[in-house]
Amino acid sequence: MTGVWVAVVVASLGCYALKLAGVSLPASVLERDDVQRVAAMLPVAMLAALVAVELFDSAGSLGLDLRLLAAVAAGVVALILRQSFLVVIIVAAVTTAVLRALT
Amino acid sequence: MGEESRGQESRSAIRRDAAGIAAYAAAFGASFGAVSVASGLNVWQTMVLSLVMFSGASQFALVGVIGSGGAGLAAVPTALLLGVRNAFYGVPLTRILGRRSLSGPRRLVTAQLVIDETTAMAVGHDEPESQRYAFWTTGVLLFILWNAGTLVGALGGSAIGEPETLGLDAMIPAAFLALLWPRLRTVEGRVVAAGGALVATALIPLVPAGVPVLAAAPIAVVAGLLPRRPGRAGRTGREAAR
Repeated sequence: MTGVWVAVVVASLGCYALKLAGVSLPASVLERDDVQRVAAMLPVAMLAALVAVELFDSAGSLGLDLRLLAAVAAGVVALILRQSFLVVIIVAAVTTAVLRALT
Repeated sequence: MGEESRGQESRSAIRRDAAGIAAYAAAFGASFGAVSVASGLNVWQTMVLSLVMFSGASQFALVGVIGSGGAGLAAVPTALLLGVRNAFYGVPLTRILGRRSLSGPRRLVTAQLVIDETTAMAVGHDEPESQRYAFWTTGVLLFILWNAGTLVGALGGSAIGEPETLGLDAMIPAAFLALLWPRLRTVEGRVVAAGGALVATALIPLVPAGVPVLAAAPIAVVAGLLPRRPGRAGRTGREAAR
């Protein structure tokens, strides 16, 4: 439990420090093209990795919960249909809940 | 019709947009609260995240890594790397908000409201006064409703015995995917996303929880530093950063 508190406080203050740095640093630092491109790509790589880990990490070994996969697939369908963020995550939750109730 | 009434019209339009975004944030915050408690954090820890971290993707990432068995500290760098983009919003916002919002103690308050939605609302207007009004209205409303939503979701979530039966665990990958989706429009985005997913998946059985996600970061660095094709240089990067 203490470990979680440390993570919560350190990460929260760190994220705040990043925002504060953004409105404090001289623009010339943040406006460099290569720095901007790396910053733009970071969320793409991290979010894709997070999706993969949520799907394929089964207590430290490779595994796949088909009900979670179905939930994400349903989410993709909602995204293709240009549904809002909220609809996407609710569709995913309901899909998993229904599949768990049935299986 | 003078300048003044037009200004008021745009102010009420801004308030309407901000209220829409904030209402949405309340519902999204409630799902975060429920997921956070389902991942093993308590209500207080969940509230500190929404009050202090106040950045949706980073919050979901932190509880996602902790929930999947990562030691607490392994979750920190992932949340921070996802928060890096907020620093870059400082570039347009410093110009928009001007010295008054950014001098002395006010800078500390302003900084906390620098997130995707407030930046998008501010840069979406032309007049400096509308831009500032959009930033502050959206920021204050969103902060209040995001936290109110989180509290309701966390209390509701902790009242539920087994969150899995409600499919709350499926909300995390779906949330990440929805956040990722708009960035997959470019080839570069798709390649980086595929690379990140592959590296993370390959490392799952080899390294402790939390590390596979971090290992995806160098892919973003390499992709960002690769030479651009002439003609498109800089432009794609800057657009994607918004």
